[in-house]
Amino acid sequence: MTFLFRLLGKPNGLIGAVMLVLVLFTAFLGAVWTPYDPLKSDLLNRFAEPGMAHPFGTDMFGRDVLSRLMRGAWVSVSIGLSTLILPVILGTLLGAAAGYFRGWFDRLLIMILDALMAFPGLLIALGLMAVIGANRFGVIMALSVAYLPAVTRVVRGSVLSISQNEFVEASTVMGNSRLYTLLIHILPNCLAPLIVLTTMMFGWVLLAESALSFLGLGVPPPEPSWGNILSEAKAHLMRYPLLGLLPGVCISIALLGVNLLGDALRDELDPKSGAAPSKETI
Amino acid sequence: MTQSRNISSDGDVLLAVENLEISFGHAAVVKGVNLTVKQGEVLALVGESGSGKSMIGRSILGLLPEPGRVTQGHIRFGSEEITSPTSPEALRKLRGRSIGLIFQEPLSSLNPTMRIGEQMFEAMRLHTDLSESQIRERALDMLRQVRLDRPETLLNHYPHEFSGGMRQRIMIASVMMLQPKLLIADEPTTALDAVVQREVLDIMEELARANGTAVILISHDLAVVARYADRIAVMEQGVLVESGVTQKVLTRPQHPYTQRLLEAAQLGVPAPVAGREGEPLLKIENLSVDFTEKGWLGLVGGKVHHAVRDVSLTVAPGEFVGLVGKSGSGKSTIGRAVCGLTPSVGGRVTFDGRELGSLSSAEERKLRQRIRVVFQDPFSSLNPRMRIGRIIREGLRHDTSLSRAERQRAVEEMLEAVGLTREMANRFPHALSGGQRQRVAIARALIAKPDLIIADEPVSALDVTIQAQILSLLKRLQAEFGFACLFVSHDLHIVEQLCARLYVLHNGRLMESAATPDLFAAPRHPYTRLLLSASPRLQQSEDGVMLAETELPQDDSDVTDYYDATRPDDPYHLVEAKAGHIVAVRAREATSL
Repeated sequence: MTFLFRLLGKPNGLIGAVMLVLVLFTAFLGAVWTPYDPLKSDLLNRFAEPGMAHPFGTDMFGRDVLSRLMRGAWVSVSIGLSTLILPVILGTLLGAAAGYFRGWFDRLLIMILDALMAFPGLLIALGLMAVIGANRFGVIMALSVAYLPAVTRVVRGSVLSISQNEFVEASTVMGNSRLYTLLIHILPNCLAPLIVLTTMMFGWVLLAESALSFLGLGVPPPEPSWGNILSEAKAHLMRYPLLGLLPGVCISIALLGVNLLGDALRDELDPKSGAAPSKETI
Repeated sequence: MTQSRNISSDGDVLLAVENLEISFGHAAVVKGVNLTVKQGEVLALVGESGSGKSMIGRSILGLLPEPGRVTQGHIRFGSEEITSPTSPEALRKLRGRSIGLIFQEPLSSLNPTMRIGEQMFEAMRLHTDLSESQIRERALDMLRQVRLDRPETLLNHYPHEFSGGMRQRIMIASVMMLQPKLLIADEPTTALDAVVQREVLDIMEELARANGTAVILISHDLAVVARYADRIAVMEQGVLVESGVTQKVLTRPQHPYTQRLLEAAQLGVPAPVAGREGEPLLKIENLSVDFTEKGWLGLVGGKVHHAVRDVSLTVAPGEFVGLVGKSGSGKSTIGRAVCGLTPSVGGRVTFDGRELGSLSSAEERKLRQRIRVVFQDPFSSLNPRMRIGRIIREGLRHDTSLSRAERQRAVEEMLEAVGLTREMANRFPHALSGGQRQRVAIARALIAKPDLIIADEPVSALDVTIQAQILSLLKRLQAEFGFACLFVSHDLHIVEQLCARLYVLHNGRLMESAATPDLFAAPRHPYTRLLLSASPRLQQSEDGVMLAETELPQDDSDVTDYYDATRPDDPYHLVEAKAGHIVAVRAREATSL
């Protein structure tokens, strides 16, 4: 509890948390309820001005923009969260194994990851989507692979540095197995950087998903995501700038919230602030 | 030591600190300190970590770390007011030119990307109008004065190419080059081992006395600075509790804290823990350990470094045996090899009559349960995410005969045995002090009732008064539990307190071994003598505490050709000089002893 108070006691932590909660709330609400059916078009009522009936107006097919943004939030957020699962679990396993057991496995893994990281994540995702196909599953898988190296490297790095501590050697001398030492003594001490990274990654994935959708490779229309709403709006941007502005603002709020919260988390969990062990604290 | 010390008592005051208060936010870390430094004198500022001694040194130069502030009082240099926030410009001119500063860690105070020469010239260019060639001459001269060989070539090298002691000498050279009136040395040798520490401090004192530079020598080690200081000032928790002429502070300490510090520095009368007769508990025969540097891409083996070569030793049941040497001598590596933390490349380790490495893995694991370790650094040896109770209980994890309640009781008893309270079981390590953490580490090691403890520098990260407490705790626990201990240390006077026998290592080779009193009374090998003469100690004498110069018996090294471990390729023998006293001698001289 005190941790939560400290985190929300900072301006960036509080603002970030509020923004993120707003986004998540909108997303979950959008999953179950929207003012109008976000897919139902009304061709007699295209490009309606914002008003009582449609708070953000309607788009080129007469669909309610607010409803589409709400459902889009759900689509984007759910893809973002699902994308985190694979890299976090697999990355932790690979990183921990490489960092703790070292040897040829570590060297091989690092070589592959270095090669992967030489390409921008989005480029890898684009390539993979061409193979898997441009749909929701494709986006999730492509982005998962693209962000796997980041997690693996962070976990491996923390495991390497935590392993230098004498309490790890003390565990060995006590006769504990290597697996026990890894699970009980090392991994819990690597949680802090992993949490920070996961938070930040959520933001990157939201942005990447929007980018893919914008390029027409993400979630296929008519199902809305923030990226493809923006994409559809671009043809009408000169006459109806609000159509493009609104999804952009949504993406910005989500990203800013995640980054602010991530920074606050990092300040709070960083080894140097004393929460986790490090040579510097001595 | 040999320099004259006839500073007149009313000599000119160079630096005056009046009623100084330094605060970090609302917490005052230095309270009402009055201090004067006269021209050309050496003042030792002594205190334990957190006593505020470094803050005083830093405040003089206006280098307090954020959010530290001088909140009260004045600092005057000569007649000039230099209290930090008021006169930054005056201070900037004084820095380097009139007041020099030497930090503890020379690696971080020298710029790693600049050659030594450039760094030395930089300050000279800033503060003097000498020509380039004059500056160069002066730098070379200084490097010679700090006794570095071939200074012309040194100028072109980078800081990382030098050892800690050499770096600190370079630092001293570059600071003293400007002939400052005051030198502030903040723990200048704490990171160095005893032999190098003595060299560096000797050079520093010599240069300071020759140039008439006053020195504020900040240290936690009273015994080390007593050798050099004209006056000593003692700090405790931000308060200056005592100051006076060195001899007077040593012989008639007024304040209880000073008395405690002195007691800790003397460590009392040695009472080594002798073992029981019979078969040795631990027997190491011709142990060798290599470290291989990573080669190309980490795939091909690189250069092989012989960390330990052909070392044999024994530990009797219940005996405390000391393993001494400076850093890099391989003493810790031997302890680690016994615990199975480092693989050996040769030799045998026998524990309780059975050879480690020859048993089935289940049996070996069982046997190793009887060997436990206490590490040096109590801040890294306890898992920060576990509560104290769980940390200690983990020592019993492989003892399946105990019920949960029995384990809990064992933990509580152990906590009390090491002088902690039962309530501490629920705390996390970060809530404990260094000394308390080391007690927890000892409790974790002892709870399984091991027969052998490997203690790897267990007190060298602690303040001196805490050191004394931990050492007497170890003795008391030995009497209670009867374990043997292989005590690894660089500090001869600590092992003198505890260990019945000593082994001296240099460059991974055994130089000399003997019963502790024999080794101190009649050291044979030149390296042992060097170690002994480099470790200062305070001694109880008739008129109070004195700085004891270790009286060494006649040096016979020109008669006997002792093995020199800095020339590792020479063949050598271990020769028994007298019963139980073994010394390394060069092979061709082996018979002449």
